[in-house]
Amino acid sequence: MAANEEAVKYVWEGAIPLQIHLHKSEVASHPAPPPALVLAPRIGYLPLLVSLIKPYFKDSLPPGEDSIWFDYKGVPLKWYIPTGVLFDLLCAEPERPWNLTIHFRGYPSNVLIPCEGEDSVKWNFVNSLKEAAYIINGNCKNVMNMSQSDQEDLWTSVMNGDLDAYTRLLPKLKMGNIEDKFSRKADLSSPKSRQGGTEIDVTEQVVKTARIPVRLYVRSVNKDFENLEDVPEIDTWDEISYLNRPVEFLREKGKCYFTLRDAIESLLPEYSGDRAQTSGEEEADGSQETRGEIKLVRIQGIELKLDIPFSWVVNNLMNPEFYLHISVLVIGPQR
Amino acid sequence: MDSAGEVVNDGKITLEGFTVAARAFADKWKRHNLSFPPWSWVPLINRTMLKKEEGYLSLEKIIILSSLEGSAEEESLDVTADWSEKEESVDLTVLVQNVEDEAHYYDYHIVYSASYMVPMLYFRGYSSDGKPLSLDVIKRDLPSSSVSLLLESKWTFITQEEHPYLNRPWFKLHPCGTEEWIKLLSESSSSDGCQIPVELYLVSWFSVVGQVVGLKIPREMLI
Repeated sequence: MAANEEAVKYVWEGAIPLQIHLHKSEVASHPAPPPALVLAPRIGYLPLLVSLIKPYFKDSLPPGEDSIWFDYKGVPLKWYIPTGVLFDLLCAEPERPWNLTIHFRGYPSNVLIPCEGEDSVKWNFVNSLKEAAYIINGNCKNVMNMSQSDQEDLWTSVMNGDLDAYTRLLPKLKMGNIEDKFSRKADLSSPKSRQGGTEIDVTEQVVKTARIPVRLYVRSVNKDFENLEDVPEIDTWDEISYLNRPVEFLREKGKCYFTLRDAIESLLPEYSGDRAQTSGEEEADGSQETRGEIKLVRIQGIELKLDIPFSWVVNNLMNPEFYLHISVLVIGPQR
Repeated sequence: MDSAGEVVNDGKITLEGFTVAARAFADKWKRHNLSFPPWSWVPLINRTMLKKEEGYLSLEKIIILSSLEGSAEEESLDVTADWSEKEESVDLTVLVQNVEDEAHYYDYHIVYSASYMVPMLYFRGYSSDGKPLSLDVIKRDLPSSSVSLLLESKWTFITQEEHPYLNRPWFKLHPCGTEEWIKLLSESSSSDGCQIPVELYLVSWFSVVGQVVGLKIPREMLI
């Protein structure tokens, strides 16, 4: 299912209102400066906002060189993760505006990789694009063969949130198509099979498996909860499992298409349907164990129903570097 | 194609294959590379139970004595390790002969990349007080051939990235071209042009990659 123009436009226009506070240890003026209010593009990155934010605070800073980083409730933010993904992942109950703290000193280089402003963000973007290309096409030639100026223009279109410019440059990128070949074939053959009451013969469809670039962020909590506001605050990144792993379209007998649930379960087999439902199953040693449960799946800020065809999700909700970022909140298995 | 379909024919390897290859590599290393401590397999249990065994290989606290006067030897690094075989941990003591020498410690992890379907080498260096070493300092510990390659392409050789599992900055060796030279290795090593058996995949891979960071493997491991 190909991309829907309107859906992609919504994704590119998505933004998070931020309220940025200067860390109190860096306030060298009296009175302290008020927080900066910035609208951050979901598909953008925090370091790209610095030129908008700095004017608010430059007169309050202590002397020295800038090394900028952000934190949310004390957790240093990974600058190479798109802003929208950080928000979806770290705020179970969406906080608007999202209160972040900015630091201009004391970069935590033992936990965060260095960031030298826009260059680092661009390098990270191009690198992710190459990796995505490798997954989709089997090689990164399409990115390597792009001229320097085209690559620059592509990056600039992302930085500026300019979907029109990006769309014009896409043909130069020559990224392969992401298509659920199984559902396409199912569409073509289903009218006949319905009439005759025969099942679609899966074995005929010998096609190369499509690989989809996916970055999965899994936040696990110990106890079940009624409302999202009851989810405890996050303390460290160690509470989040990151899986940078492609999803492969797999065909299951009797199914017409590969769903979002299928995709997530292929990456997190411990949460697959039948296991999640059998709670309180007896283990071999007699102890009881409840399986884990997927509570929430967020992509581009949308809580998706898991039965949606995965190819639609990919084509409409992926980021400009061709990665689909999925935030998942799970109840971990209890023992 | 072997039963599990572990080694893909164009120099890449599957996740299952990597697990098999890793075990074989660690075994051979332990048997033939006695001047080094053994590699350990670190399973990924993270937040949940994982049915399929996944993990990475770890070799830690390798000491490289680097004289403050010059850079390290090209052919063999002055690696000293005195260790005793224990179940859980490896105990390392170093004989620092020259008081001007500075001991640099290195950790190496071999991690599977699902995107590129090849192994990747992550490494980091630190001084005896635990402080991380910068790339400039690390370069002085690397063989000079690696250094010139690094200088030629700043962004595409060794880069600083986040460790895929440990939430910390590590250095990574780029995978581009890995499958090409694995293919070359397998073609040249067997007369009928068969692909490398999975048990030798990591050994072959490391015979090239290890040299970049100055770690050589004995020929016996390649059999």
